[in-house]
Amino acid sequence: MVDLSVNLSGLELDNPIIPASGTFGYGYEYAELFDINILGSFSFKGTTRDERFGNPTPRIAECEAGMINSVGLQNPGVDAVIAHELPKLAKVFNKKVVANVGGFSVDEYVEVCSKLDSEEQVGIIEVNISCPNVHGGGMSFGTSAKDAQKVTEAVKKVTTKPVYIKLSPNVTDIVEIAKACEAGGADGISLINTLLGMRINLKTQKPVIANKMGGFSGNAIFPVALRMVYQVYEAVSVPIIGMGGVSSAEDVIEMMLAGATGVQVGAANLINPYVCQDIINDLPQVMKKYKIDSLKNIIGGAH
Amino acid sequence: MLQSLFEIKENIKIADGVFKMVLKGDTSHITSSGQFINIKLDGLFLRRPISVYDYDSETVTIIYKVVGKGTEILSQMKDGTLDILTGLGNGYTISSQTKSALLLGGGVGVPPLYNLAKKLLESGKEVVAILGFNSKADVFAEEEFKALGVKTIVTTADGSYGIKGFVTDAIEGISYDEFYTCGPEPMLKAVYDATTTTGQFSFEERMGCGFGACMGCSCKTKYGNKRICKDGPVLVKEEIIW
Repeated sequence: MVDLSVNLSGLELDNPIIPASGTFGYGYEYAELFDINILGSFSFKGTTRDERFGNPTPRIAECEAGMINSVGLQNPGVDAVIAHELPKLAKVFNKKVVANVGGFSVDEYVEVCSKLDSEEQVGIIEVNISCPNVHGGGMSFGTSAKDAQKVTEAVKKVTTKPVYIKLSPNVTDIVEIAKACEAGGADGISLINTLLGMRINLKTQKPVIANKMGGFSGNAIFPVALRMVYQVYEAVSVPIIGMGGVSSAEDVIEMMLAGATGVQVGAANLINPYVCQDIINDLPQVMKKYKIDSLKNIIGGAH
Repeated sequence: MLQSLFEIKENIKIADGVFKMVLKGDTSHITSSGQFINIKLDGLFLRRPISVYDYDSETVTIIYKVVGKGTEILSQMKDGTLDILTGLGNGYTISSQTKSALLLGGGVGVPPLYNLAKKLLESGKEVVAILGFNSKADVFAEEEFKALGVKTIVTTADGSYGIKGFVTDAIEGISYDEFYTCGPEPMLKAVYDATTTTGQFSFEERMGCGFGACMGCSCKTKYGNKRICKDGPVLVKEEIIW
């Protein structure tokens, strides 16, 4: 018997597999397809204080081995999430969820995190300071170590649950920012968010995406994500949730060897809605192949 | 929604750059006219959403136009299997109140109206279809609609076949109490302005997943934000914001 379980800041997960925010809605679209209770957890759609429609369409562009999105944090707002989405989710998911929080000011992050902190279904609060799709918003916190620390400290003051800060790869030195979050009291680090990218339509000779640019995700970004997880693991002592281009059990193991305790799966869900189930089913066999008895034992093993 | 493998039974050119593909597989999740399927193609990251032209208990037929890499690859396939998500989107609703229905399709917006025409006839409605194309070389499905017993009018923008003009130029004199339409957005807007009854519009948008998870294809309506792939692609006239 192989052991798939991992522990994220006291939260025991049956396996490290966590669908990433923005690719899994609030869970129930996928609950129609498979029993989502097989997941370690999942990170729900980035939630802000107020309802947001997001950016104009088109918001999606295809790339080689990936895609660009500029959804722009469309969500019903934290009060509606607590009143409607979480009770609906409770009917199909009996594990703790990762609450992904977006924001435009320290006050907004504080308000949303403090509301979600009192929800029993929430196991971890994942603070997204790295959305590339909101101008003058979330990402400015993610590109400055000082601001990242400020948000972390402010959120930590109003929460009792583990707080993970989700970082942007669109920075000069992600290690410096990860360290600042740890210094600010972060219980863990999630990385990476999408890479800022764009496509131009040759017929119209204009950007494909209405907002011109968006976040690049999918298999193509896996080596970049893996490298950053590896670097951050060397610099911080808190757990890491690794993500970016993960689509197979082999990718999960690589990500964990680089230093991840939890592994999120993002864009791959949109192409193969069963991908997380496939990965969880494949993991024991792939672990056996590489003589791994327990996933816990390989975290950071490549260092 | 179901993910399953379909076998390509037929893939033939039926008009300029337009192909008809018959696929055999599990169609049990397709529940209404106007739904779409989402096809995985080797070498491309995103699936390709294509509306259903017709379906029965074991086959689904699509009609698609070659407009990019995905449809180009699709058009060259002669046999083999495809990984497809079926049963996507809300589809058209057939109201018991409607007695005579007007269908207005433009270009590759025509296909979803075919199975709808069948269903409307089965429920005892009178059906008139106006099929609009750019030119004679683009025309398809006219005979198929006629074979169902639908009064079918064809328009071409350049006047090379049928009535010269757009679908809206052929509406006058037809009596109907509900309409159903699919086509490019400027055509949908023209239909919206040229009609007086209630109606159902099928919209198109660039999609990520096609099943409601990514919020890539959202639009604003009078009834709130909707996802074209999951809450649509069919919206009713009363809720549309242009």
